Amino acid sequence: MSEKKLLEVKDLVVHYETDEAVTEAVNNVSFDLAPGEILGVVGETGAGKTTIGMSIMGLLPKPPAHVIQGSIKFEGQELLAESPEPKNFFDFAKKGHRKREERHLEKVLRTIRGKKITMMFQDPMTALNPVIYVGEQIAEVIRIHEKCSASEAERRACDMLEMVGIPAARYKEYPHQFSGGMKQRVVIAIALACRPDLIIADEPTTALDVTIQAQVLQMMKELQKQLGTAMIFITHDFGVVAEICDKCMVVYAGEIVESGNLTHIFDNPMHPYTKGLFDSLPNLEVDTDRLTPIHGLMPNPMDLPEYCSFYDRCGLACDDCKKCNPKLVEVEPGHMVRCGVVTKDLKKAASGQKAEV
Amino acid sequence: MSLLEVKNLKKYFNTPGGMLHAVDDVTFNIERGHTVGVVGESGCGKSTLGKTLIRMTDATSGEVYFDGQEITGMSQKDYKKMRMRMQMIFQDPYASLDPRMSVSALIAEPIKTYKLAKSKHDLDKMVLELMDTVGLARRLAGVYPHELDGGRRQRIGIARALSLSPEFIVCDEPVSALDVSIQAQILNLLMDLQEEKKLTYIFITHDMSVVKHISDEICVMYLGQVVEKCGSNELFHNTLHPYSQALLSAIPVPSIHNRKERIILKGEITSPINPKPCCRFAARCNYATEKCFESEPEFREYGEGSNHFVKCHRVEELQAEKAKTAN
Repeated sequence: MSEKKLLEVKDLVVHYETDEAVTEAVNNVSFDLAPGEILGVVGETGAGKTTIGMSIMGLLPKPPAHVIQGSIKFEGQELLAESPEPKNFFDFAKKGHRKREERHLEKVLRTIRGKKITMMFQDPMTALNPVIYVGEQIAEVIRIHEKCSASEAERRACDMLEMVGIPAARYKEYPHQFSGGMKQRVVIAIALACRPDLIIADEPTTALDVTIQAQVLQMMKELQKQLGTAMIFITHDFGVVAEICDKCMVVYAGEIVESGNLTHIFDNPMHPYTKGLFDSLPNLEVDTDRLTPIHGLMPNPMDLPEYCSFYDRCGLACDDCKKCNPKLVEVEPGHMVRCGVVTKDLKKAASGQKAEV
Repeated sequence: MSLLEVKNLKKYFNTPGGMLHAVDDVTFNIERGHTVGVVGESGCGKSTLGKTLIRMTDATSGEVYFDGQEITGMSQKDYKKMRMRMQMIFQDPYASLDPRMSVSALIAEPIKTYKLAKSKHDLDKMVLELMDTVGLARRLAGVYPHELDGGRRQRIGIARALSLSPEFIVCDEPVSALDVSIQAQILNLLMDLQEEKKLTYIFITHDMSVVKHISDEICVMYLGQVVEKCGSNELFHNTLHPYSQALLSAIPVPSIHNRKERIILKGEITSPINPKPCCRFAARCNYATEKCFESEPEFREYGEGSNHFVKCHRVEELQAEKAKTAN
C-alpha cells in the first residue's frame, strides 16, 4: 500500500519499573493504521492492550512506566522522545537533554491529544467528572482546542449531544443523572467533539448491557463512517471485533501473536492462542457438551520466559519452541503469526508442494 | 417433585421515590439436577431473585418451597438447617473473599460454622479434599486471595459453596469477571461438579452464549418480571417475546459470516419504581399497540403442553405475521 499512514508504531517496548521487579508490559509491538481504518486489539487482562493505547496518547504514568525503545509516528510527527534514557543516574547532561526533549514533546502532545487523537475509556462512570455538567465537559474540549467563545462552544456541545442521541435539553445535568449507556454516549461525544483523526477506544462497551452495547456500537459505526475517523478498538470480545473492525491483532503477554484482516483471524486463525480463544467461547449455533479451555495462565509479565511466552499453555509446543522466541512471520499477505511450529509446518508444506510439482 | 418451587415471589424495596419492584410476581420450578438460567440486563432483578430464593433478603410476598417445605415463612432456627443445602457462588471473586483469610481458612469457614468436622485433623482433610475437587493445588492452602488470579479465586468461592455438600447452588454471574480462556475452565468445572454431585443450579448471567451452554431451561427477565421461560434450545430456535428476540439479536457473534440483521431497541430500561400496570416492555417494543399500554399481559403457555411460557399480548399475532412473511 502506498497510501499515507495515519499512525505508525514501531518496535515499541514499555516496561513498568518498580523496586521489586520490572514488568514487561509491551514487547516489540509494531503496527500501522491508515486513515479511516478500525483496528481491533484483542487479548486477556494484563496482556498490555491498554498500555499500548496509553503510550500513543502519551498518558503513561511515568514513573513507573518507561518507554525503553520504539517510535510512534502520528501523521509523520514523532510522539516519543528519541534520545535514549541515560542509564547512569549521574549523567546530568544527557538527563537534561532528555528532559528538554520530553517537555517539548509534551507541548506537541497537548495540541494533538483531545483534538487529533482522543481516547474513550472503559468505565463511563469514572471517566466523567461528577461535579461538572455533562454539557460543559464537552464544551471544555471544544473551547480549549478550537479557541472559540464560550457560547459558541456551548452551542457546539449541544450539537454533539444531539449527534449521540441525547436531547440538548439535558446539557445542564450531572453524570449521575444519566444511565450507563447515556454516560458512554457523553464520553463518545467528548471523544468526537473536535472531529479527531484517531480515536483510541479502550473497551468502550464492556461495562454496558448487550442491548445497549448494540445501540452504542451501531452509533459508533455510523459516526465513524460519517466523519472518517480511524479507530483503535481495544476489547476482549471477538464478537465486537467481528462487528466493527477492519483488521485485528491478538496480543498475548505484551506481544502481537497474530495480526491480519478479519478473514485471516476469523476464518483462518493460525496461532494456537487465537485458536484456543475461539474454542473457549461457547458457540450459539453449534451445541457442544464441553468447552475446550486453554489450560494454565498467562505468564507473569514480571518474569517472562526467554522462549515463546505461550509455550507452557500450548498444545503444539515442542522442544524447538524452548530455544528462542519466534519472530512474527508473514504467512500470507497481510497475515502475521508468531509461532515457530506453524511457520515451520507451512514451510514444509510449501517445499513439499514444490517437490511434488 | 421439583426441588425448588417458586410461587408469585415478590421483592419490593422502599425507596424515597416509591416502591421499587425488584422482583415482581415470579413463578417457576426447578427440577432436581437441572440448571435454570436467568438472563436479563443489569437492573432487571436477576441478582435480587437469586438472593430472595435463599433468603439472603426476605421476600415481600410469595412462597418458595425447597424439597416440599416452605422456606419463606420458616423460623431462623429451622431455616439454618435448610440453608446448609442451598449455597451461593458470587459474581466478583475480588470482592467476595475476606482478604485477611488464607485459602484454607476461607474454605474451612462454612464447615466450622456448621460444626461438621470432628477434629482439627478432620477439618484439614476436608479442606484439602475440597481443594482437589475444585482443582486448586494443595500448595496454595496457605496463601491469601490477593496472591491469586480471578479464576483461582472463583475456585475458592466454588469450594466454599461446596463445603456443606449442598443440593442447590445459586450461581450469580460466576464467570462474568473472568477472561474467556479462564471462563471456559470454570464453566467446565461447574458442569463436571453438577454431574458428579447431582447438583441443581440456578445460573444468573447476562451472557447469552454462556447461559445457552450451561442451562436446561432459561428464564428471560425484564424489569423484575419473567417475560419468557422455556427450554434453552427452544428459546434460541423459537423466540417468542419481542424482548428476548432483541436480546438474542444483540449478541455480538464472533464470526464474520452469515451476519444477521440486528434488532436495535429504542431507549433504555425504564424505572422499576412504581411501574404502571401495563406491559413493562411496551415503551421499547417495536410491536407495541394501545392494548400493551393499557393492561398487563398474562404469563401464559404458548400452545398447550409446549412448556413455553411467554408474557406478551401479541404473541399469536406476531407469530402468524412471521409465518406469513416466511411463506
